[in-house]
Amino acid sequence: MRSRLLSIIRKEFIQILRDPRTLVLIILMPIMQLFLLGYAATTDVKNISMAVWDQSHTQQSRALLDAFRVANYFSIDYMIGSEDEYRTLIESGKIRAALIIPPDYDIRLLEGKAQVSLVLDGSDATVGGTALSVAKLIGQSYATKILSEQTALTGRQAAFAPPLDVRTQVWYNPDLIAAYFNVPGVIGMILYFITALLTASAVVRERERGTIEQLIVTPIRSWELVVGKILPYAILAFIDTLEILVIGHWWFGVPVRGHVGLVFLLSGLFVISSLGIGLFASTIANTQQEAFITVMITMLPSIFLSGFFFPIAAMPEFLQWVSAIIPLRYYLVIIRALLLKGVGLAALQNEVIALSIFAVVIMGAAALRFKKRLD
Amino acid sequence: MSLPVIYVENLTRRFGDFVAVDHINFEVNEGEVVGYLGPNGSGKTTTIRMLLGLLMPSEGEATVLGYDVVRQSEEVRARVGYMSQKFAIYDDLTTLENLTFYGGVYGITDKKRIIETLELVGLTGHEHTLTRDLSTGWRQRLSLGIALVHKPKLLFLDEPTSGVDPTARRAFWDLIYELAASGVTILVTTHYMDEAEYCERVGVMRDGKLLAMDTPTNLKKSIITGNVWEVFAHPLEQGLDVLQELEGVDRVGLAGDHLRVISSQIQQETMQKLLSKNNIQVERIERGEPTLEDVFLALAR
Repeated sequence: MRSRLLSIIRKEFIQILRDPRTLVLIILMPIMQLFLLGYAATTDVKNISMAVWDQSHTQQSRALLDAFRVANYFSIDYMIGSEDEYRTLIESGKIRAALIIPPDYDIRLLEGKAQVSLVLDGSDATVGGTALSVAKLIGQSYATKILSEQTALTGRQAAFAPPLDVRTQVWYNPDLIAAYFNVPGVIGMILYFITALLTASAVVRERERGTIEQLIVTPIRSWELVVGKILPYAILAFIDTLEILVIGHWWFGVPVRGHVGLVFLLSGLFVISSLGIGLFASTIANTQQEAFITVMITMLPSIFLSGFFFPIAAMPEFLQWVSAIIPLRYYLVIIRALLLKGVGLAALQNEVIALSIFAVVIMGAAALRFKKRLD
Repeated sequence: MSLPVIYVENLTRRFGDFVAVDHINFEVNEGEVVGYLGPNGSGKTTTIRMLLGLLMPSEGEATVLGYDVVRQSEEVRARVGYMSQKFAIYDDLTTLENLTFYGGVYGITDKKRIIETLELVGLTGHEHTLTRDLSTGWRQRLSLGIALVHKPKLLFLDEPTSGVDPTARRAFWDLIYELAASGVTILVTTHYMDEAEYCERVGVMRDGKLLAMDTPTNLKKSIITGNVWEVFAHPLEQGLDVLQELEGVDRVGLAGDHLRVISSQIQQETMQKLLSKNNIQVERIERGEPTLEDVFLALAR
């Protein structure tokens, strides 16, 4: 039994090492994905180009602009004098936001009824949304400051006009750095991709070449064949996990707050699910191309419904139900919580149970279909 | 008499409405080299796959080495060697790696046995060649080595020589005789008539039916009851047309530089006269020997 299993594993490793394309895929793809999602796919909002129409031209209005400048989220690139001007600038894409300060800003401010308007280009929802909340935040904190100053000036008690208290606290990722969010996601995606796709194509390749027929007539047991074929890919998946963790931590500064052992243990649980999907795909597909397509079909919902990019809570109810059968969804919660929050096993109980059920079901289904027979 | 190595009774396999193997019956005894002759799609491979437990029979039963092919397929597999039509070789592994792998799968860890097998199939010196760089003849030998590595008592060879050049084919058959001499029973499928002649017994298969199974000599004797004539004449094509019209001719066909006529009634003189009357120059007419091709064509009618 040991000889049979070891033979398969050794053979599979020789084949992997001898195929430069697979090797490049395994080693370089995680790096590529990391840098793509770490840099290009950033949702960090900085230096949003803004025009200001200051109709007030007072010390107070200039103070407000300073507050915007200090925050670094906006870059005041244009000082304008009419509505047409900012309309043109937004339409041409030169600015994303326009701040309009009314002529009576200083007087209104003293009355405590000051209002400014912010026009945002909402065509990019991510930038627009972030800009809006940031602008509100700046406005509120500035208002708070003024209020407290006024209170000090007039010598009244703070109790009379309690300053607007907006204490926003962002935990775990206070600067909302996209990489912190994306890197754990990349681990999940790569693990899924490598294990599901490579397993499926490695098994189907045997069928395409006719070697499966030869293997079936040997005394090898189905489980030995399956384990021997997928174990090498599981090992590669772990190497990839390590690779992403190392680069993510030292290059992108993603924290690893949880226990590393737990990261690998629960990644292993997820890998079993992905291997099961790959194995199942291999029992459906007859050619490597079909295997590739089958895995790709599961890949897209995995990425879009798992909470990788879009929060599950914001999805329509139907899609939320669909996402419940996507293993990547649970793994993303696990890996993000482990890296960013540093929680223990107890906090992840539900996800671990869900993943375990999925792993058992998919492996069982694949094993049932994967028989030592041709028909 | 000991039990037959292969025993097949009413074995049938259907794929939907198509009957690939239709109620066949035969036995193979220890040490025999049995050929299984038939065109592509006649059911040869399906039969072998059922005997190996790769496909479930739709009807009938079969035992191999005394084991039921459905219920005891693992017992069968451990004791037989199988060489499939597609040589089951990993292109990206070397000769030695391929053999070591399959050896390992059979639980053979002894390096000596691997080297021995390499020698047996004449692959010594090619140990470290990637098999994708080997010629078809060499790949065929490696494929046989893979089927032999665990010293099986029975060998299934499914069209082992397709796509291999004549020299390599001949050498391959020498190897098969060597194995048979050492006591291995061999069932080999082929669509080459000349190869079937090498077998002790031949089964003729067509459209899923086993039409006959006997020694080549007996087959020729029992199936070809008429005489075989070899007619050397000029022009040949017109001679063919003329003889085809002649009553009492079982079959007439072109065979290289002469016509091959099979008939139990027609005499040499009758043909001679008829051809001359039609302005066909007759060089000579000789008695010929029936071949397996004649047998096959007679059965297939």
